[in-house]
Amino acid sequence: MSSFARVWRAVPTLLRIGVAETVAYRAEFLVWILTSTMPLIMLGLWTSVASEAPFRTFSSSRFVAYYLSVLIVRHLTSNWVAWQLSEEIRLGVLSMRLLRPIHPFFSYAATHIAALPFRSLIALPLTFILLISSGASALSTDPLQLALLLPSLFFAWLITFGILFALGCTSFWFTQMFGLFNFYFGVWSLFSGYLLPIALLPSWIGRIAEYSPFYAMLGAPIELMTESLTPHQLGVLFARQALWAVAAVATAFWVWRAGVRRFEAVGG
Amino acid sequence: MTRYLQIWGVQLRTSLATAMTYRASFILDGFMSLVWIALALLPLIVLFDQRSMVSGWDRPSALIVIAYFFGVKAVMEGIVSPSLIQLVERIRNGAFDYVLLKPVDAQFMISACNYEPEKIFDFIGAIVIATYAFILRGYPPTVGQVALGLALFVAGVFAMYSLWILCAAAAFWVVRLDNLIYLLQAIFDTARWPVQVFRGVWRILFTFIIPVAVMTTFPAMAMLGRLSARATLATFGGAIAMIVISRLVWRAAIRNYTSASS
Repeated sequence: MSSFARVWRAVPTLLRIGVAETVAYRAEFLVWILTSTMPLIMLGLWTSVASEAPFRTFSSSRFVAYYLSVLIVRHLTSNWVAWQLSEEIRLGVLSMRLLRPIHPFFSYAATHIAALPFRSLIALPLTFILLISSGASALSTDPLQLALLLPSLFFAWLITFGILFALGCTSFWFTQMFGLFNFYFGVWSLFSGYLLPIALLPSWIGRIAEYSPFYAMLGAPIELMTESLTPHQLGVLFARQALWAVAAVATAFWVWRAGVRRFEAVGG
Repeated sequence: MTRYLQIWGVQLRTSLATAMTYRASFILDGFMSLVWIALALLPLIVLFDQRSMVSGWDRPSALIVIAYFFGVKAVMEGIVSPSLIQLVERIRNGAFDYVLLKPVDAQFMISACNYEPEKIFDFIGAIVIATYAFILRGYPPTVGQVALGLALFVAGVFAMYSLWILCAAAAFWVVRLDNLIYLLQAIFDTARWPVQVFRGVWRILFTFIIPVAVMTTFPAMAMLGRLSARATLATFGGAIAMIVISRLVWRAAIRNYTSASS
């Protein structure tokens, strides 16, 4: 049996396990979600700044639309696979996974996909708030853009997962990884548009951001939600997302292959 | 009292020795502090490039608030939070019994037993930002303003410390609270902005419910010579009230402790 068919057959079971895990740790899951307060702080700050006069091209309602979209996209696409992987490598628990006839990329991915329904429970009320808030007027109404939102979110999810998986694999070489993860988060929050809309940043940062994978992870879907794009802009946006998705997944597999040879099952 | 100081000295020395064992990590953490300070300053730069004044705060005075933010953060992440994270671990595996057996106050023993000396970079960053802010303003603060500003810095640190103790006390009941700690850090993140730039519900929340304003905004106003006598007293009063409450909760929590090992 080909390895692809093997993975395919295991998918329902993997998803069931993932759902069970999420349900078991639901309290922690909820608190974890509450910790992404940064967009809310920025929302409070910028709406009050823009309340009298628009800040550059951003009106108060545009800020509301922007930062609520940030929260929605982040809740749907983020994951903690790097921390998970790093912990399992350090403690040697990974040897259990290596025994299974499925590439860990898929088993981890299944766990995180299974958490998506729960994440939607957070994203749905947020979407509702966005639609009844003043931000609704700043949302895109173009049906094509809204239809393309789902594929764009899928690419964003895939890029995020691939990069974090590769980051987690660096634990094969180094033991203390949290410094690197923190650094990654810092770079990501700047170039993805998490901290500030790219349009407000100095233009040279904006140019770097546009070509970076970080923007494809968060900024691109937000652009679909809050701006009206020309067909050409849409094409460029999707081409970049697709390219980064392929690159991220390829890197994840490559770093895994190089790293797993060094694995010595600490304490196993 | 001297005995407490001696114990504190020993704990500080051992932590320093541990930190210096991992020199590469020490340097990397210093570099990371710089990155985070730059990221924290960026929205402020973007904001004040367009506006000269936001809710009564101009660029130099908003920089003072950020300086206070990194000052409090340095003390919290350098001294208090590593100690309390260790406490949570000890409660879980039963090692907390040994702390209780010692003839020293348990809250003292667990509050400052583990340090992260690399947070000193945050503290240096805070001093540099504050100095730059006063150069930008054009004239230095008076001696009285500096004294009051520093006194309120201590009050702010103790207010934040009380919040941490409350969280730590929760560990006696719920055991797992890594996420609670992240939540506390996320809330403290709001303290980098003057509380006046927020409106309505936000400002009430950050002034009274979760008093982050006490930790950075009010001390910064004192340093700038803008804090009224009444607000000064209220800030000190608020900090003392938080210390008393956290002490009472801590004592109640200790009474409730039934050890994990026996």
